[in-house]
Amino acid sequence: MANLKGIGINPKRFHKSQIKFYVILLPVVVFMLLPILFVLFNAFKPMGELFVYPPRFITLHPTLNNFKKLLETSGTSNIPASRYLFNSILSTAAVVMLSIIISSAAAFVLSKKHFKGKKLLFSINTLALMFVPIAVTIPRYLVIVQIGLIDNFIAHVLPLLAMPVGLFLLKQFIDQIPDSLVEAAEIDGASDYYILWKVVAPLIRPALATIAILAFQMSWNSTEASTIFINNESLKTFAFYMGTLASTTGNTVAGQGLSAASSLIMILPNLIMFIILQSKVMNTMAHSGIK
Amino acid sequence: MNSVKRFFNKQSHWVLIAPYIAMFSIFIIIPVICAVALSFTYFNTIQFPTFIGLKNYITLITQDTVFMQKVIPNTLKYALIVGPGGYLLAFILAWLLGQLTKVPRTILAIIIYSPSMTAGVILATVWQPVFSGDPRGYLNSFLMNAGAISQPIQWLQSPDYLMTIMIIVSLWSSMGVGFLAMLAGVLNVNEELYEAAYLDGVKNRFQEIIYVTIPCMRPQMLFGAVMAIVGTFSGGGIGVALSGSNPTPEYAGQVIVNHIDDYGFIRFEMGYAAAISVVLLFLIWGASKVSFKLFSDD
Repeated sequence: MANLKGIGINPKRFHKSQIKFYVILLPVVVFMLLPILFVLFNAFKPMGELFVYPPRFITLHPTLNNFKKLLETSGTSNIPASRYLFNSILSTAAVVMLSIIISSAAAFVLSKKHFKGKKLLFSINTLALMFVPIAVTIPRYLVIVQIGLIDNFIAHVLPLLAMPVGLFLLKQFIDQIPDSLVEAAEIDGASDYYILWKVVAPLIRPALATIAILAFQMSWNSTEASTIFINNESLKTFAFYMGTLASTTGNTVAGQGLSAASSLIMILPNLIMFIILQSKVMNTMAHSGIK
Repeated sequence: MNSVKRFFNKQSHWVLIAPYIAMFSIFIIIPVICAVALSFTYFNTIQFPTFIGLKNYITLITQDTVFMQKVIPNTLKYALIVGPGGYLLAFILAWLLGQLTKVPRTILAIIIYSPSMTAGVILATVWQPVFSGDPRGYLNSFLMNAGAISQPIQWLQSPDYLMTIMIIVSLWSSMGVGFLAMLAGVLNVNEELYEAAYLDGVKNRFQEIIYVTIPCMRPQMLFGAVMAIVGTFSGGGIGVALSGSNPTPEYAGQVIVNHIDDYGFIRFEMGYAAAISVVLLFLIWGASKVSFKLFSDD
């Protein structure tokens, strides 16, 4: 155990004993990566190469034609793809911003304030970590009907705002902030709103970034609202449009390029955001444990 | 005006938490209560629900042959492989990644995590061409060239293969938040504990995992388990996405989520569908109970 630096968990530098881990990980990583590369190659494949037999994985003459065609093609009722994309961007931006505000306010209260019912609220939320929206699609639909949100754009946003995982991660993260810091601000006469905004929020940026990513993924990929709550074609999102594209043309060889191009549009924002913020996410996840 | 201000300052904790509670109640608690209530009714979405007691549950258990013979076995098979299997895989991968230096570890972690953030969306785009039933399908073409098969196989329409494909695709996309939590857990075990453990007689890496790593990252293990359970039960619908039809061919890939959709949105028997939802919620709750028993401190 003399050399802990190169061997063992979280080594500081490379050591030849690490090679065996690379060898085991390699096939897994390739399996994980291939489908994404597949999308990447297909998105830039010219029509001729899509028809090659036997099918070829790699694209030899990349072209932007698929993207051009995607933007020119319009949905079933003459709605251009850009409209769906616009809806997606708008609803996702709203979900990300609002869920950060709502979750961090609630997490701050559950972590740092003392009042009756606090423990109960948090344990209900922990129980709700297991909540699977898909199980209650029907009652959710009925609720949306009752409050009159059918065909309303905010039906994209509101159902996604209660994010038990988000609240949970934020609360665990705020627990790390010493109580004395909040108390000192209280003694100075700061209101809770001020403390949340000026003292707590700057300290929990990594957790906020994580919530932003989770909310983004959820909203960007969500088709629930477009499929069930909204009938007006011009209010539906890109994820939904992609689904219809894949089911109408995805099975034909010609449609593969188109659906790969739209998949790439779906994947890239997620991937870029995660790569930029990954160190913050890992920092947050260190506090994710359920005790 | 002053009293309003006083209220906002005095009750600030309720003011701050109110939006969350409101959203949580409207979109999580009320739907769950609704599902339970509707499960005791006959409801076809047009007429007002009529109370019929336990009849939906009785029908579900005694008369719904598809549910008992196909859906439940499929769900259990799928959940038992993808849930614990995916969970174990996530831990092993997290541990292996923990043995590498920072830069390669980060790159590999991003690659392993990436399918989970895209899975639902690119499902049809990627896997349909791969498993396509004509000779142009990537898998068919590969196997035919290799001489393993002479006729193309209808992978996604065949009851023999659909479930296996669902499981593979689900495992591919199951390295999500829980995996990241476990990776963070592995990395955050105090190094001195390892040294101490070796002084106390731990002899190899395997013992190290059992006696040091897992006990230290129990909280993350539990979080990962809950995420795995949720992911498994909500991701189950992919059979329909892959085969392109609900019900799936010969109900081969039919899991409980599809059964709910089938009754709720295809046959509009909402009361009956609600009863199935309640069964699903209980399954999830039961599975989580087990993992709390395994990993919780108390």
